[in-house]
Amino acid sequence: MLLFTAKKFLIMVGTLFALLAITFTISHVAPGDPAALAAGPDATEEMIQQIREEFGLDKPLPVQFLIYVGGVLQGDFGTSIHTGREVVSDLARFFPATLELVLFSILFAIAIAVPIGVISAVRQNTITDHTLRLFSVAGVGLPMFWLGLMLQLFFALKLGWFPLGGRLGLLTDPPTTITGLYIIDSLLTLNFTTLLESLHHIVLPAVALCFPALASIARVNRAEMLEVLSQDYIVNAKAQGLSKFRIVAIYALRNAMLPTMAMIGLRFGWMLGGTVLVESVFNWPGVGLYAVEAAVASDFEPIVAVTVLLGFMFMLANLAIDIVYGILDPRVRGANI
Amino acid sequence: MSQPIIEIRNYSLNFWTFDGVYHALDDVNLTVEKGQSLGIVGETGCGKSVTVRNILGLLPSPPAEVVSGEILYDGKDLLKALPAEMHRIRGIEIAMIFQDPMTYLNPVFTVGRQLVDVVLAHNRARGQGEKISRKDAETRAIEMLNKVRLPNAEKQMSNYPHQLSGGMRQRVLIAMALIGRPKLLIADEPTTALDVTIQAQILELIAELVEELNLSVMMITHDLGVVAKSCDRVAVMYAGKVVETGTVAQVFDHPAHPYTQGLLRSIPHPEKNVSVLEGIPGFLPNLLDPPAGCRFAERCPRALDICRKVTPVGNPLAGGHVASCHLAEELEAASA
Repeated sequence: MLLFTAKKFLIMVGTLFALLAITFTISHVAPGDPAALAAGPDATEEMIQQIREEFGLDKPLPVQFLIYVGGVLQGDFGTSIHTGREVVSDLARFFPATLELVLFSILFAIAIAVPIGVISAVRQNTITDHTLRLFSVAGVGLPMFWLGLMLQLFFALKLGWFPLGGRLGLLTDPPTTITGLYIIDSLLTLNFTTLLESLHHIVLPAVALCFPALASIARVNRAEMLEVLSQDYIVNAKAQGLSKFRIVAIYALRNAMLPTMAMIGLRFGWMLGGTVLVESVFNWPGVGLYAVEAAVASDFEPIVAVTVLLGFMFMLANLAIDIVYGILDPRVRGANI
Repeated sequence: MSQPIIEIRNYSLNFWTFDGVYHALDDVNLTVEKGQSLGIVGETGCGKSVTVRNILGLLPSPPAEVVSGEILYDGKDLLKALPAEMHRIRGIEIAMIFQDPMTYLNPVFTVGRQLVDVVLAHNRARGQGEKISRKDAETRAIEMLNKVRLPNAEKQMSNYPHQLSGGMRQRVLIAMALIGRPKLLIADEPTTALDVTIQAQILELIAELVEELNLSVMMITHDLGVVAKSCDRVAVMYAGKVVETGTVAQVFDHPAHPYTQGLLRSIPHPEKNVSVLEGIPGFLPNLLDPPAGCRFAERCPRALDICRKVTPVGNPLAGGHVASCHLAEELEAASA
């Protein structure tokens, strides 16, 4: 198991390096001259040249890349023009909000999707199954930002059940920072008013963000459950007298969770990307909103940093999935990957 | 005459398929008496497994549909039993072992966990006052693994199925089937998927346990040698029908159905140095649209006009020997 994890970790480091290289290249071969932009419209050729030298832009691309990687390894992602702060300190401020939203969404998606998949499979081709499937097909089809707007219109404006956006009400102080995730921090400090408030605020964006993931996880889980339920070992479990609940919820589900986990990992990555849309709609102060604002201001350092950060998170999620895979399936543990 | 432990009467079963209704079983009658072992033989697709699977309600319905008949266990019709009643029967009264040990164990749980779960499930289903602890269940499991002579039983408890060989897995499955001390064991081709040397060991093991635990047995196989060696009575099936039943001596020495005769002739004999093995020409009839009259008539060397029109019924011969053939008496006499 340790070897398995170590191998996975090495692969991840390699992938991360590749991601950094690709993001860096794209941002540097993209049209537009950052030095000219930074120098302003009235700058002379010498002034632009001076800025180029100052930022190392006159050096060949591979050398620039090495310098950049050197900076990244020391935790330096450059400076944001529009916030005027180091990108790293911006990320430290905005990332916990995104992490909280994404974690909450994926847990929500799993908690709803897996039972839907199981029930659909057990009641295959009944009304229950058809209804649940309709629900999940709709989920795959709905664009997140549109769903977000509709949720705001209906639940926030019309019914007034949930706030329109933000992480907390204007009058509420954030909890003492421990992890930066308000739900966890307020729980740890036993600050239940803030806990309720942050839960209240996270519901709509989390639903908007998780709906497509929920739908596709449910579909995969249903298909896998159907497959597993027709396996010989399920027939045997039944013949030996195990209860239906144990057969479905433990013997079958554990096997069906393996491919479902792969889908969860994939969907987690999509969710990270989806935060850009959902955070904008709900004014959620996370890295997605930060990246959008940076893009509007032609501020490239934060965009590269956010891309790498989200990519890193995606990889971490997949590493976690691989480890869970190893725990769930004894056959994977010894396999050479 | 001893008492029947299980009686299958006038049992007909269809499968609903996209191509139409598949008449898998037609008017099957089988009886196993207490302490007896019945071998069910026939070629692939003749309905052997289907016949026994629904004893424990293992066929999904749809597509399977029971058309008529009853399966009486201890006087109770299992086809009409409630789920709760079936729980007190599966693994406790009637247990089953299957063909392919590679696929009948859950790949993600340890051998021990699967055995312990069965013990605990039986304990719950029996509903007797004393609850058995997980520790006790583990002890029972190890005992049973020792009984089926699995090497290093205690160590194997924490192994996963993929770490065991085919023969070892079949031993585990036998342990699992017998851990609830059932009275009737249904073995659905328990050795087909194993190497020949392991086959002999497993058959020997089953025979020993049957003796020791005083089990009644239904043994499905297409190996006539297995039946001759380990069964008291035999039922020959063809295309969803039982064509001949009797004691092993009756059926093998005086076969009274042309299909049984053909089967016996097709066994290779090492001493009769032949270059071409004898078979039965033709194929199984299409059960989506079964032929009128005898289902074997198309392939039967002795078929008469009547065989294609009138379905032969069980023709009782001497000593409980029954053959569903219009010519049964004549054939039995000729084969004497």
